[in-house]
Order: sequence, then structure tokens, then C-alpha cells
Amino acid sequence: MLTTLVLILLMPLAAFAIQVFLGRFLPRKGDWLSTGAIGVSLALAVVAFVRSISINDPGMREVFSWRWIEVGTFRASMGILFDNLTAVMLMVVGIVSFLVHLFSIGYMHGDARYGRYFGYLGLFSFSMLGLVLCDNLLALYIFWELVGLCSYLLIGHWYEKKSASDAAMKAFITTRIGDVGMLIGIMIIFAKIGSFRYDDVFRAVADGTLSGSLLTAAGIGIFFGAIGKSAQFPLHVWLPDAMEGPTPVSALIHAATMVAAGVYMVGRLFLLFSPDAMLFIAYIGLTTAVIAASIAIVQTDIKKALAYSTISQLGYMICALGVGGYTAGLFHLMTHAYFKALLFLGSGSVIHALSTQEMPEMGGLRKKMPTTFLTFLAATLAISGVPLFSGFFSKDAILASALEFGMERPAHMIIFILLLITAGVTAFYMFRVVFLTFLGKPRDAHKFEHAHESPRVMTIPLVVLAALSIGSGWGGWFQKLNVKPEIAVYQTARMAGEETAPVHATPAAAGLDATGHAAASPAHGAGHDVHRAHQAHTIAMISSIIVAGLGILLAWAFYGRRRFSPQRAMERLRPIHTLLSRKYYFDELYHAALIRPVLGLSRAFRWFDGAVIDGLVNGSGSLTRLTSWIVGVFDNVVIDGMVNGVATAFVAGGRQLRKIQTGKIQNYLLGFAAVALVILVVRLIRGF
Amino acid sequence: MIQLQHYLTIAAFLFCLGLYCVLTRRNAVTILMGIELILNSANLNLIAFSRYTTTAISGQVFALFVIIMAAAEAAIALAIVLNLYKRVNSIDVDEVDMMRG
Amino acid sequence: MSEEIRLGVFLAFGVLSVAAAAVVAFARKIIHSIFALLFAFFGVAGLYALLHADFLAASQVMIYVGGILVLLLFGVMLTQKISSVDLKGPSFQRGPAAAICLVLLGALLFVIYKTPWPIVDRPPIHPTPPAIGTHLMTDFLLPFEVISILLFAVLVAAAMMARSEARR
Repeated sequence: MLTTLVLILLMPLAAFAIQVFLGRFLPRKGDWLSTGAIGVSLALAVVAFVRSISINDPGMREVFSWRWIEVGTFRASMGILFDNLTAVMLMVVGIVSFLVHLFSIGYMHGDARYGRYFGYLGLFSFSMLGLVLCDNLLALYIFWELVGLCSYLLIGHWYEKKSASDAAMKAFITTRIGDVGMLIGIMIIFAKIGSFRYDDVFRAVADGTLSGSLLTAAGIGIFFGAIGKSAQFPLHVWLPDAMEGPTPVSALIHAATMVAAGVYMVGRLFLLFSPDAMLFIAYIGLTTAVIAASIAIVQTDIKKALAYSTISQLGYMICALGVGGYTAGLFHLMTHAYFKALLFLGSGSVIHALSTQEMPEMGGLRKKMPTTFLTFLAATLAISGVPLFSGFFSKDAILASALEFGMERPAHMIIFILLLITAGVTAFYMFRVVFLTFLGKPRDAHKFEHAHESPRVMTIPLVVLAALSIGSGWGGWFQKLNVKPEIAVYQTARMAGEETAPVHATPAAAGLDATGHAAASPAHGAGHDVHRAHQAHTIAMISSIIVAGLGILLAWAFYGRRRFSPQRAMERLRPIHTLLSRKYYFDELYHAALIRPVLGLSRAFRWFDGAVIDGLVNGSGSLTRLTSWIVGVFDNVVIDGMVNGVATAFVAGGRQLRKIQTGKIQNYLLGFAAVALVILVVRLIRGF
Repeated sequence: MIQLQHYLTIAAFLFCLGLYCVLTRRNAVTILMGIELILNSANLNLIAFSRYTTTAISGQVFALFVIIMAAAEAAIALAIVLNLYKRVNSIDVDEVDMMRG
Repeated sequence: MSEEIRLGVFLAFGVLSVAAAAVVAFARKIIHSIFALLFAFFGVAGLYALLHADFLAASQVMIYVGGILVLLLFGVMLTQKISSVDLKGPSFQRGPAAAICLVLLGALLFVIYKTPWPIVDRPPIHPTPPAIGTHLMTDFLLPFEVISILLFAVLVAAAMMARSEARR
């Protein structure tokens, strides 16, 4: 088993290494190599998945761990964790990645950096597979940054375009803000328990070593990583811009896998989050879902609309995990990966045919591109939650767990209500996209004339993904395999044997049991809970069908039948429309609140420079110059070797501030020596 | 009776003087000289330890490696300095800010 | 050698090297710094000899004094017009650097005198070259090979740099 897993991981890496160094010399620039490698990975992932299905045990868990770094008292291990969640994620990543490779062969045909593109795709696949396979936080963080790097490289694939290179940097920097929080969270945990391994962490949570506000802080810190990577409010601004990358990349990284890594991480570390942290997660997810869905309504760029839809759906998943719907959230992660990758690839097919992303220039493509249309429609039905499509089951499960949470604590009923409304909005904007793109009359005759169905290598991935979008939710196999983890598993025998129950904060204390499908009824799950879960499920299912139907009907009335004019509605709701099309002014807000002050600060420093130096030279009577003159005198005094108190500190401080921008190595060396010295002195004081 | 501590004290002085030299000088060659002083102080420590503590001869072997490294480093650094001089016509490290952001 | 003589020699070499190092760090003329560095190297070599590391003392004199110092001298002469008076080594950020170095010195001395060193009393290894040679060929074989590759690379690199000048 270990060999299989390691091979899954190493195939794309090998492809990347060969591609990067020798890709230029290979026939067809080596696209077959990358595609073949990920194909082998996929085949092996299927083997692993079949194994997981055939064992059919929710508690299946195999850990292969070995020592990695030992320096002094610092110990870190590296390892592979294989359980049902890993198996499912391997399948998702393998399938989507393989199909995107295939699709790219057609889509990127003739690109100037074709070989490099496939190399980066290979590196991404490796990093993403590593992220789902690793068994400790340190490796998680490493792969986490690696996928971020690949995202940066691939968004900026057409870096000659200013907007693309800007978007790449925005994505990298914005997610990095979240990653700092994640690193802090990981450090809190490591400082407390001295291990990075998931098992050790959960054990520490179980026996109360890690508890209280420290646990909450660690959980929220780590969740910040998910906020950045999964484009959650308030760090969601990078994802729409990331659509500057090639469309298959958007499908792979910014729809199906990397952005879902945050959701996966929250699910993987589910036991780590205290009830307070869970509530925080739920509301962040809810806010994201609502905001992004409303922005998606007014987008005219097909990829931007899909991007906001992705953000909204990710918010859905995060929110589901936050309210305790472990199974529901991860289930939606899987189904969403299939149908959203399909939507993006479908839009890629359209863009490939029309060379435009603006929906007002499309229309009527149904006849020209039947395969694309049918598969796109399947994905739209899935995301809207139409019964029997995969999205229906997962969305329904999320709504059920939100409702259950609301019934438990009526104050939080708002989560369910808003999620329900968002479900309707989702159906509305997705069908808007379908009507504008594929139905009605062609609005740009010239472009329409040139449109054609994409080549076979692009339509086959669409068909496969369509099958998965429809069927992957059937049969309830997912719910059987992925059951909400119980903290009790990690309590040591000694702890369990003691009379007094250990005082600890666990998510299980929230007292909710996912969708109620959980096969093994846990200790606290009495008949009452099961009954309530069942009730919640029924209500959620009926209401979600109604709401989805309403959304589709409304979209039809606006854009299909043209019973109401979108124009008139837009004019009547002008302020709201402006607010939405400016994306709630988030970019402007960040510009005003963060970027401008930083620039202002730099300018202030520059002014200080000018003032001080000019003052030294001119030494005239204005206040600025007087101050500068005093500073200058101090300066002279210092240079003459009279080191004294505040003046020195002020002058030296001023000079250092100035030198921060100089790029002189000795300034950095000085700072380095000072910090090293401080650490040394602190150690000495503590040591003796 | 000379003890280990006495050698270490001298090494500490050499180290601090070398560090000061590296931190304050503007001239690239002088900075290199400071680095040599620092390396010497480290070597002195190594050899003193090899004489007085259980490390025995391996301390001297290490010191030998350090000397070799220092020679290599000086050769390369001076080559860089010469090339730099040709480019900016100065070995004042202040002048070298092509990489400034 | 009796204890007193040894102490005297130790003091002489110690003071020589520290004083020379101080000149290196503080001298205003770069040429002074270089010659002071020569004395500092000699002083340290003397201390090596006192520590019964005769092979290293010889290496120190040969490599540092014979090689590195000459290189440095070349560096100065090739880059600054030796005839011009502008041979000063201007300095900056003295205040903070001095503060850091002084505190560091204090901390180091504190450590040196507070640490219970694992002192062993044993006779010095007398002919050190065979012992060092044996170590190099046994315990330190890998570092030995690595450093020979490093030296080779440095040789090539220096040649490359010189060649590119000539071509230009």
C-alpha cells in the first residue's frame, strides 16, 4: 500500500523534473509525459480508492511514518496518512488533474510556453497529492505553500499581460496573509505539544493538554490559512482576478482542488477546532457564501461569474464544517470539484471557440456546440441542486446540518435561512449564465459564425466530468465511508479508564452528528437526535428543491422568456447593482485602508530624509529645518564619539529608518547581529 | 597556569573586533579582513578545545578545514571585488546598490 | 618551558593579536589595517604553537600570511590608486555597532567564565601531522573529499573571472 501511495505522489514530480529540464527536447514538448504520469497516478489512486471501498470501514486508517529531521530537541517526522478522506481526495485530484491535462492539450495548443505549462501542472499535481497524503502539519504547510507557488506560476502564465502578472502577485500576496495566521497556529500547537503529527495533536486535544483559549487561538490561526487559500471573506479578492490564468488552470486550481484545500484542511483537522472556533468558521463561511453569490448575479464575464460562484460554494462548505456537518461539507467538496471543474472546462471550450469571455457577446451556442452545452447544462443542474444530480445530495446535506444546528441553538437559525436563500440565488445566476451563453439568439453574429465544437481531446473530459457530476452523489457511499471523527478515539486508555471525564473542549461537544446518515451511532446519539436529524433532513430537502426551482424559474423569466427586462430591473435597483458590480468595493476598500497608508508611510519616511538632509545643508530657520538642525548637531556629536542617551537613539533610529530602504548589506547584518545577541542574552538570563 | 578560558577570552576579543570591522567599514577589502579575524577567532577556539577538552585532535582537523575555506573564500571574494571595481570604479560598498529596491 | 615563560609568551602573543586586531578594526588608513592584520595572524599562529598545534601554526603562517594577506594587498593595490592619498577606510554606523560588539563581548566573557568546561588533563598529542592525517583519511574522509572539490571549483571560478576580464 505504501508503495502505491508513494508512487501516486512521485509520478507527477518525476514528470515535472523531466519536463523542466528536458521538456524542450521531447517530441510534442512532452505533454504526453505529464499526462501519462498523472494518468498512472490516477490509476493507482483508483486502486487505493477501491481498497478503501472494499474495506468499507469508516474508521479505516493507515499511517506510515518515519523520522525526518532531528536537530537537538527539535524532532519532526514525515509520513503518509491513508484513510477514506484521503482516498476520496486522491480520486478527486487524480481525476480532475488528469482530465485537465487532457483538455489542456487542446486548449493550450500552439502556446509559446506549452512545455513549461505542463511542467507546472505536474508540479501542482504533486503538491496537491502531497497535501492530501501527508500526516503532519509541517508537511501540510510545505505542500500548502507549494500549491500556492504553482497557482502563482500558472496564473501568471501569460505574464506579458500586465493584468495577468498583477493577478498572480495579488493571489500570492493575499493568500500569504492567511498563511501567516496558519503558521502562527501551527507554531502554537508545536510549542505546546512538540509534535506536528495529526495524531499527536488530536491526542493532545483529547487529553486536555491543548485546551481553552489556546486551542481556540490555534484553530482560528490555522483557519486563517483556509481563509486565504479557499478565498473566504475577507481575503476572497484574489480569486476573481486569478481568472487571468489559462482556463484549464482555473478549473484545476481555482475551482476543484487548491481552493478546496482549505476545506479539506478544516475537515482533516476537524477535531482541533473548539466550539468557539467552529462558530467563527461557520460565520466566515456564511458571509462568504452570501456575498459572493450576490456579486455573481451581475458579472458579465463568464469566468468571473464562475469564480464568484466558486467562492460562494466554498463558503458553503466552510460553513457546513463550521456547523458540525463534517460529512456534508466534504461531500460537497467532492461533488463541487467535479461539477465546477466541468463548468470551467465548459466555459474554456466556449472561450476557445469565440475568443471572448464576455457573455453579452455570446448567445445561441447550443446548436454550434452541442456537447459543450449538454455537459455544461448537467453541471448547472448539479450546482443548482436539482434532484438526482450529485450537487443535490451534498447541498441538501449541508442545509440539513445547518438546520439541525439551528434547531439545537435557535439563535443561529439565520445560518440555515441565509444558506437557503443563497441556494436559490445560485440556481438563478447559474441559469442566467446558461441562458446568456447557450440559448437565445446570437448577439455577435461575426463571432457566432466562427464558433465550432471543440476537438475530441477537449470534449471527452467534459463528458467524463458530466457523468461524475450526475452520478458521484448516488448510493450514499460517501456518507458511509466518511463519518464525523470522534475525539474519544484519541483518548488514551488511561484517560478512558479514569472515573472523571477529562475536561476538554471538543467539536463533538457541539453535539451534532452531521447528516444523520452516520452509520455507527456514537455514544451520545440517542433516538431523539436521530429523529431530529431525520426531520431536519426532510425539511431541508423540500425547501431546497423549492428554492432551486424558484431560482431557475426566475432566471428563465428574466433571460429565457424575457418576461421581465434585466435592463429595467437594473435601472430600478441602480444603487444595488452598482454596489454588486463593484464587488462591494472590497478592492477599493483595501486600496484605501491598506495600500494607501503604506505608500503614505513610505512617503513620510522619504520626506523625513529630505527634511533632515536638507536641514543639515541649509540650516535655516523654519521649524522643520530647526528640528533638522538639532538632529544634525546630535549627529555631529555622535560622530565625534559622544554617545549619549536619547539623542543617539533618536539619530540612530532615524538613520536606521532611512537605511531600511538602502539595500546595504551591512545594515541588515547589524540588525541580524542585534537580534542574535538579544536571543543569546535571553538564553543566558534564562539559563543561569 | 594558562587555562582554556584565557584562550577563549582572546578569541572573544578577536571575534568582537572582527564583527565591528565588518559592521562599520565601507571598504570591501576591509570587510574581508574583518571576516578573516572572525574566522581566526573561531579557529583559536577550536584548537583550544582540542587541547583542553575531550574533542582531542578533531578540533585541529576542523580548524584545518576552516583555514582552507578561508583561503577559498578570500580568493573568490577578491575576484568579485576586482570585477566590481571595474564595473562601478569603486570598492565602497555604499556605491554598490544596483540591487536596491 | 617553565610555567612563567609560557605565561609570558602567552601574554605577549595574546596582547599582540588583540592589539593588532584593534588596529585592523579602527585604523583610518587601509594600509595600516593590512599590516596590522599581518601581526594579528602571527599572534594567533603563536597561540596555536603554544597549544601544541604546530602543524596548524605552520599552516596559519603559510596560508594566511603567505596567501590571504598577499591577496588582500593585491586587492587594495589593484583597486585604489596607491599614489593617491585617498586610502582611508571610511566607516559608518559606528555607534550601534560598537554597542552591539561590547554587549556581545560581555555576553561571551560571561559564558566563558560561567560554563563548567569538560576539561581533561592529558599530555598534548606530540607529532600532530600524523594524527591529523589519519583523521582526514578515516573519520573525515567525506568532508576532505568535499573540500577538495570545493577548492577545485574555486580554482576554476577564479580562472573564469580572470579570463572574462581578459576577453573584455
